[in-house]
Amino acid sequence: MLASIATFALEGVDSREVTVEVDVRRGLPAFTVVGLPDASVREARERVRSALLNSGLDFPLQRITANLAPASVRKAGPSFDLALAVAVLVAGGQVPADPLRGTAVCGELSLSGALRPVRGMLASALAARTSGCQRVIVPEPNAAEAALADGLEVLPVPDMATLVELLHGRWVPEPVVAAPHVRDAPSAGPDLAEVRGQHDAKRGLEIAAAGGHNLLMVGPPGAGKTMLARRMPGILPPPGFDEALDITRVHSVAGLGSGALARERPFRSPHHTISPQGLVGGGARPRPGEVTLAHRGVLFLDELAEFSRPALEALRQPLEEGKVDIVRGQHSVSFPARAVLVAACNPCPCGKGAAACLCGELDRARYQRRLSGPLLDRIDIVCQVTPPPARDLVEQRAGTGEGSEDVRARVVAARAVQTARLHASGATCNGEMDTATARRHVHVGKGSRRRLIRSLESGALSGRGHDRVLRLARTIADLGGRDRVTASDLDEALGYRLVPPELAVA
Amino acid sequence: MNGALLTDAEGSACDRCLRRGMLVGLLSARIADRLAGARRNPSAVLALDDERLVAAVAAAGQRDEAERFLTEFDPVATREMVAVAGVTPVCRHSIGFPTRLLQLDDTPAILFTRGQTVRGLAALSHGPAVAVVGSRKASPHGIEMARQLGRGLAAAGITVVSGLALGVDASAHVGALEGDGLPIAVLGAGPDVVYPRANARLHERIAADGLLVSELPPGQRPFRWSFPARNRIMAGLCEATVVVEAAEGSGSLITTEFAEDLGRIVAAVPGPALWERARGSNALLRSGAAVITRTEDVLDELYGIGVRPEAPAVQESEPPASEEESGGPEADAVLAAVEAGGGVDGACEASGLGAAEVRAILARLEDSGRLRRDVLGGYARSSP
Repeated sequence: MLASIATFALEGVDSREVTVEVDVRRGLPAFTVVGLPDASVREARERVRSALLNSGLDFPLQRITANLAPASVRKAGPSFDLALAVAVLVAGGQVPADPLRGTAVCGELSLSGALRPVRGMLASALAARTSGCQRVIVPEPNAAEAALADGLEVLPVPDMATLVELLHGRWVPEPVVAAPHVRDAPSAGPDLAEVRGQHDAKRGLEIAAAGGHNLLMVGPPGAGKTMLARRMPGILPPPGFDEALDITRVHSVAGLGSGALARERPFRSPHHTISPQGLVGGGARPRPGEVTLAHRGVLFLDELAEFSRPALEALRQPLEEGKVDIVRGQHSVSFPARAVLVAACNPCPCGKGAAACLCGELDRARYQRRLSGPLLDRIDIVCQVTPPPARDLVEQRAGTGEGSEDVRARVVAARAVQTARLHASGATCNGEMDTATARRHVHVGKGSRRRLIRSLESGALSGRGHDRVLRLARTIADLGGRDRVTASDLDEALGYRLVPPELAVA
Repeated sequence: MNGALLTDAEGSACDRCLRRGMLVGLLSARIADRLAGARRNPSAVLALDDERLVAAVAAAGQRDEAERFLTEFDPVATREMVAVAGVTPVCRHSIGFPTRLLQLDDTPAILFTRGQTVRGLAALSHGPAVAVVGSRKASPHGIEMARQLGRGLAAAGITVVSGLALGVDASAHVGALEGDGLPIAVLGAGPDVVYPRANARLHERIAADGLLVSELPPGQRPFRWSFPARNRIMAGLCEATVVVEAAEGSGSLITTEFAEDLGRIVAAVPGPALWERARGSNALLRSGAAVITRTEDVLDELYGIGVRPEAPAVQESEPPASEEESGGPEADAVLAAVEAGGGVDGACEASGLGAAEVRAILARLEDSGRLRRDVLGGYARSSP
């Protein structure tokens, strides 16, 4: 007898529907899985057999052929276990097929018959809804996540035996309701109020948060660069529902999810020894990298100059396009990667900076060459971090600045203006505007135009730099609640942008 | 005497000197072999006349080729080739040839130049010139010092000569450009050959607004001997040689040796006594070189203490920063704080302004040329 059950295969951070077909025939007992399964999927045969027998069910001593359709899609991982087991039961006539109409099944089996959670449940639930399923049967720990897909009935099941009861109509699970989205929860992270001084860096962080601009903090070791970066998520606007869904989906695929809707924007700080694949994603079976895990949040690269050149080069596409395309021989995947880059580095190899620097010119040139180039051109704000006076460290005086909540309020207001202005263009903040959009929405006065021409002609500003400065100036004006970009806004924006090495003081 | 009028495009070089120049290029690799042991002073070899030079350096296999070159030399085709490379030849018999250079024992027969040939050579012949040289691996202090000297000397109407190497040399050229001077770069390669690569942009800027000078013909790559040879030309062109920072055994000390032999002024900028990288320049000071701590010290050496020539025509090189553009007391407070090394945060605290206003003021100060930034955005002291 033939049975077919709907389940899902992960592709990048998306899921696609896969039909598990099982045919049980007379013949020598065998269990074959076809349809481009990899080794981890073929292992499911052992788990299915033991799980069924340990749940007091029959495992047919017949010839069982399972096909995962479409056979052109590569399949990996243990998430096909449950669908295979249910299909075997239906094909063997142990459970009725009717209750499974319009129902997708997803889960990993333990040998005892208990159901284990799987990665990427939110993506699968969203795919189920898109492909027209009304119900989805999932392991209990995945229930909350699956319920985030609106309009889908989620049936959480603890083990195989209970599942059989459910299909016979003798047991009904508690209905699952998605936890409501909380928008205005205060951030749990560290607060900006604890920071003394650091006027430049605080202002830089605020602008970066308001417009989604990339930021580089330059300062000697111990000046507080990491400390400041950790306060970035606390001043970013809390994620909206769609953004939270986006974050949850990505983290679930990577196996990092908590099972509930994300409330905070991610903050990822990979170590500088990370490989290019680790940073932007990759591998034979492409997995998301740190820049994707930081999607809708902050990617913090401490000691920027210590990262390998290939790793930094690989960051160019995500920084420019907000996504990573990974092409493999057989297939390609695209990972979302819309993160704000916050980076930190020392001013020179010895770290002491201008006056006290002990480095030779060649050492400094080499250090700057490692940093310079296309990546620095994509950084809009370069700000200085000053080591606190010794007195403050010893006396442990409290910070005097504004708290993160006040800054966040301004950021949220500035973002609201941007969203309203940009709703037609697909961008959500100034940092995401493309050139044409920026030209349309950023207008500067005559004096500012002359200033820009002067900077372009002297070589202080590249073509890309020109566009980026305009976007930054727009954000500065938005923060100040101004409709027009004033000369002062533009000056400030230009002040944050690096001058090209050939015009810089040695 | 070749009395033809010197022009930027055609130059003025007699056939014999042109042949000599090309011969040195042809034999340059052999000269390297010949000098393998004694790289410090190629003068003995370069002072030989054509036939002896061939005899001295051409290896057996190349001797025929070199002699054939001497007999079959085609001045017209050679001039064309040089002109195509954008290079202007000027020989020692031309009225444009720098007069001071003729005092060398082994004055190069010809200089291949690129850039403002007429103006540059006139400045070298008729005005004061100072070589600012030093370490390729200079400290930030040395780099800034070279730049200040280059800028100050150029603004005082003195021609600044250097060797377009990394470090001090490049910085002196940049300073001279900033001081609205006409920087002279003496090269150890052909005047159209960019060496080192890192100076490519500066090379082109000097080709546009200054003058590149070399005794090697166009297309000639540098050899180890060609740098000491270049140093003798720098010393020969200038009334004074200032060493900004030199370690022991530095090539800059070769330049001062030549300068001393010619009876020219040798001067050095003092460095900390414990610095390896200033040991050579400090040794010069110990043996009697003039102590240079600012541009005025160089002028004192050239003209006598406190004595200055008639004010040079170009005095106002700095664009006057108009008050409303970069201005007011707030801007002054910000500028003062940043120049004292306080950074943006220091400027916020000193002026009482917010970070946003301070950044905007700093950008305006930079725009008006009163402030500069380093590669990573740090505001650097920008001296007057």
